[in-house]
Amino acid sequence: MPTKTSILPDHSAPAVDRFHLHKRLTEREGFCGWLFITPALVGFTLFYLLPTIRAFYIGLTNWNLLRAPKFLGLDNYQRLLGDGKFWSSIWVTVLYVLYNIPIQTVLGLLIAVLLKRLTGSVAMRSIMLAPFLVSNVIAAMIWFWMLDPILGFVNFLLQSLGLGTHAFFSDENLALPTIAAINIWRHMGYCALLFYTGLQSIPEHLYEAARIEGASQWKMFSSITLPLLRPTVVFVLVTSVIGSFQIFDTIAVTTQGGPGTATRTIVWYIYQEAFSSMRMGYASAMSTVLFLGLVVVTLVQMRVLRSGESDLG
Amino acid sequence: MKTSASTLPISRWLGYAVLILFALISLGPLWIALKTALTGPNSLFGSGGSLLPQDATLFNIQRVLGFVDPTDPRLQQTGLAKITFFRALLNSVIFTVLAVAPQIFFSATAAYAFARLRFPGRDLLFFLFIAATMIPTAVLFIPNFILIHDLGWLNTFQGMAAPYALMTPFAVFFLRQMFLATPKDVEEAARIDGASYFSIFFRMILPIHGSSLATLAILTTVSTWNEFFWPFLIGREESVRVIAVAINAFRTQQQAGSPDWTGLMACTVLGVIPMVALLVFFGRKVVESFQFSGMK
Repeated sequence: MPTKTSILPDHSAPAVDRFHLHKRLTEREGFCGWLFITPALVGFTLFYLLPTIRAFYIGLTNWNLLRAPKFLGLDNYQRLLGDGKFWSSIWVTVLYVLYNIPIQTVLGLLIAVLLKRLTGSVAMRSIMLAPFLVSNVIAAMIWFWMLDPILGFVNFLLQSLGLGTHAFFSDENLALPTIAAINIWRHMGYCALLFYTGLQSIPEHLYEAARIEGASQWKMFSSITLPLLRPTVVFVLVTSVIGSFQIFDTIAVTTQGGPGTATRTIVWYIYQEAFSSMRMGYASAMSTVLFLGLVVVTLVQMRVLRSGESDLG
Repeated sequence: MKTSASTLPISRWLGYAVLILFALISLGPLWIALKTALTGPNSLFGSGGSLLPQDATLFNIQRVLGFVDPTDPRLQQTGLAKITFFRALLNSVIFTVLAVAPQIFFSATAAYAFARLRFPGRDLLFFLFIAATMIPTAVLFIPNFILIHDLGWLNTFQGMAAPYALMTPFAVFFLRQMFLATPKDVEEAARIDGASYFSIFFRMILPIHGSSLATLAILTTVSTWNEFFWPFLIGREESVRVIAVAINAFRTQQQAGSPDWTGLMACTVLGVIPMVALLVFFGRKVVESFQFSGMK
């Protein structure tokens, strides 16, 4: 250490002292630990920890951002119970998740199995991933054009097949499934890649053994592939369900909650309450309920899918 | 695969057919967007069913970027709204760099501390970071909007980038896993030789984990480039709005009349080009990064 101090220009004693202090501190593991973590800790505190607490608090108030928030206690939650718009938005969201997730997951699995058995080339995997690299907004925009009732490519296709043209986004019965279809298009390839990664961890000798025993393709899929893929399936389902419940971007670009209330999902409704009606308190109360709802949905999924157990053994 | 021996050729062909069908479904809409962007402004009507651009031209791309002389007669045609997309592309680049670069650096320092250094409160803190991955955006956006509003940072790049710039729980978690996966013998030897934690971090941790850092950089760059909700809340003014916000604005502005489809598709194509370039030039790395994003 003395050799190091000689590098310093010999100006004044305090400079050397500061150097020693600096040196002593940066040698200490605990000090460095906190130092290395400080920027992230600041970010975490400002943008995750405090906002979560604050969201809960705002939910207990009436606040339009212009005047000081007025404390209401649990009034917002009481109002929420009797708010038909809230319950209808929950219903629309659940319906959306039910349109979105099963098809997306099954198609993802199908593509993953095909990739694994036929060709998992980088080119083919890139093609499958491509829609996921397109933003929600752009995906929505492209489909909005493709499904245009007058000029859209899909309607041309349908018409030439004799199926007539459809106003996909302005038909109350078609709008929500159409939005689900756009997101299935965007996500199925990404799901497939996650499943593909899971498939590669399944030992090949299990299939060989099953083949020797004369097991059919379907039998091998249902008794080897699916059970051993379960951890991946749990991960994909849990994360995609959480994401699906928060559908917003596609709706903002295409239907904006309409026609009528056909696509007014919960996050769209929260956004409307917060930024169109300026009811920060009520919107926060709904977001807190959504949070708790998502925690319950996640726990139920993990329980049902027995996420903690492994079938490999 | 050795499955071919026991699989009938017909089912194999069927499999290929289905796979190609999915490939077409994946790429088809992107092709239609490109085709429309290249279609001449007078040829849009009546070209809906065609697979190739009619009257192919780069005019739409040029005009949304503002590279066409404002007195150009083609701009005077009805339906061609004024679209200023060049600024949005630039804004997206600025936003992405501001949000991604410091995020990766500070997430790496935090991940190093979580993975290697012992300090009081570490495990509790890490637990809190992990718990934060569960908090939905829908809960955070109101308080975070109010914070940025109170700071006077609405319609600024720092307001848009702030929540991403210091950390994301995913980035910290991901890098900690990567750091833990390598043995620490070399670092301990360096400690004994008198290397400080700083020099170990900069000279060993960062270079050794270059590949993991690149994976994280790809994942965060793609998700930030595509981010809509937060920039939509914070940065709506033309001077800061990113491509997703701009495209949404162009689309909603034109709701009443017949939309300027060729212009809108030119914007979408320009917004997608960087992502396609990423796939074309770094295909294997990108694909593997996303496959890896599901690992816990």
